[in-house]
Amino acid sequence: MANPEYQSLDVRGTAVRFMRAGKGAPLFLLRGDDASEGWRGYMDTLAQSNDVIAPEHPGFGGAPKPEWLDSVADMANFYLDMIDTLGLQGVRLMGLGLGGWIAAEMAIRAKGRIANLTLVDAAGMKVADSDGIDLFLVTEEQGVLDKFADPAAGKAEQAFKLTPESEDTRIANQMVIAQLAWSPRWHDPNLRKWLHRVDVPTLIVWGEQDQIAPVAHAHEWQKLIKSARVEIIEGSGHMPYIEKSDAFVNAVSKFLNTERVPA
Amino acid sequence: MKIFNFHLMPYAHANLEEIRKQGTSWVTYSNAFYDPKKGADLYHEYLDQLEFADKLGFDGVAVNEHHQTAYGIMPTPGVLAGALARSIKHGDVAVLGRALPLVNNPLVIAEEFATLDNLLKGRFIAGFVRGIGAEYHTMGINPAESHARFHEAHDLIIKAWTQPGPFEYDGRYYKFKHVNPWPRPYSEPYPRIFTPSSGSIDTIRWSAQKRYTYCQTLAPIAAVAQTFSLFREEADKAGYQASPDQLCWSNAIYVAETDELALKQVRPHLEAYANDFLSRNPVMMSPPGYSSVASVKRVRAMKAFMSQRQSAEDILEKGVVIVGSPNTVREKLAAYQDLAGFGISLTKTQFGTMPHAMVQENQIAIAKEVLPYFKNRLPQPHVKAAAE
Repeated sequence: MANPEYQSLDVRGTAVRFMRAGKGAPLFLLRGDDASEGWRGYMDTLAQSNDVIAPEHPGFGGAPKPEWLDSVADMANFYLDMIDTLGLQGVRLMGLGLGGWIAAEMAIRAKGRIANLTLVDAAGMKVADSDGIDLFLVTEEQGVLDKFADPAAGKAEQAFKLTPESEDTRIANQMVIAQLAWSPRWHDPNLRKWLHRVDVPTLIVWGEQDQIAPVAHAHEWQKLIKSARVEIIEGSGHMPYIEKSDAFVNAVSKFLNTERVPA
Repeated sequence: MKIFNFHLMPYAHANLEEIRKQGTSWVTYSNAFYDPKKGADLYHEYLDQLEFADKLGFDGVAVNEHHQTAYGIMPTPGVLAGALARSIKHGDVAVLGRALPLVNNPLVIAEEFATLDNLLKGRFIAGFVRGIGAEYHTMGINPAESHARFHEAHDLIIKAWTQPGPFEYDGRYYKFKHVNPWPRPYSEPYPRIFTPSSGSIDTIRWSAQKRYTYCQTLAPIAAVAQTFSLFREEADKAGYQASPDQLCWSNAIYVAETDELALKQVRPHLEAYANDFLSRNPVMMSPPGYSSVASVKRVRAMKAFMSQRQSAEDILEKGVVIVGSPNTVREKLAAYQDLAGFGISLTKTQFGTMPHAMVQENQIAIAKEVLPYFKNRLPQPHVKAAAE
């Protein structure tokens, strides 16, 4: 298993930490509330044929919330700056949960700059009668369980994630998440106005039993992005990359390898 | 000591069984359980009680603001204060307070408070708060911006009260081309300001630096004493000595002939207040960014404790409220004042399900047996020194 350490980069005055490992074309991986966590199995498999770059969101990990950070749009512009600063070409962009929302905002702005887009159980969309569980109203313990279809897998994730050592980081990260997602809750009504601008090959991967962003959200994204197709991961909740890691990696590897736009 | 009659205006007919089932009287306890006929009567009884307090010689009356809860039905306290402004003839009227971050235009609060200050010809006290955690759910305001919005809204209101308009205000959260509110406050330069808080060090420090009156919400007297001592330290650091009038303790008092009788009469109402009306989902109360990392951890640690029901004896033991014979109440209030050093008691005479007639008897007993003994009473320094 690759064991990358966090590197640090100054992007126009903001220090951002990221992990990087693997070989191949750059895969810019934006995670959600787990963006302070270390390297995990699915990342390792992706790194076999991709140069995986996984940043920790600005303001996460106990860093002060940057002055410029008000919204997901700010986050998207920041990461476009980061891609420029790193000098990445032909970037394949992948976002998980909250990271998916940021990635979609980037793709709208980066016409012609990214090779393809993968959204995994992405936040950001409001679908009538398909609200998920409001994670701001459940305990942290319950929130982890709610993200899994299989309660045993949820319990295992609780044990992995909810350690005393990471408690301060988790609480501080939640503040940044609230900054981005509190109101309107977990979505931006303006997003759907502009998703037609995404014209790169797009894969929408969704856990069949996602209770946070129910699967109707996957089909809504597909409706709004003409170049998108949907892969449903059976038996998975909100985090298919953890709960059904093999099925997830299979689905996205095939897409990343075949639907590449030449740089 | 000044003794104010403070009212929460609870919806006393709340369905306590349903609140117990849901674990909260906030946010999700349905307003289908509100009966407007009963509610209208309650409003009039509660306003009668505050008017009665003024006649009985309390130093003032106070209302506050909470949203979408049976705990208190005063979402717009200015309306209630306005209803009192023409009938409260002697004492002060305090709104403790308006939750500044919850509005998108703080100038409406500047206008509302200035109007009340005019109506009351200066017998008005302006309270500024952040609102409690649950209110960031009900009002859709981002808790991660709570502190910053509070400070900016406060600065804008003070500026609107002191700098002749019109002027332009270009802040981070609030932007106005024309700031020129009418009326200006009656008080020079503006009304007295109280800052109620549950004891966050940031608020204590800020309030001390601004030389405002710090008001400690419901808490055991030992914790109140610690909080007030922190305030005095922060005032020392800011280069002045805090006066007892800058320290205000929020409590509840119930007086009857004997200790036994008082406890017996108050028990169902006090226990409903502490266990049902106050019951809140801890997650709801602590939205991300509303409190510091350390406070969130403190709340999580308290979770087990909060889920246990408290008896009237527990609540009395901890010195959260004072209940007993006239003599007991006088002794305890004096001892607590000497321990904590406050100059203002913000006293609820009604709480939970307590009915109108019982409240009035309590008010009469307090007016006769307590108020006269505390006129001009200051904290006794030798006792305070021993406690510190």
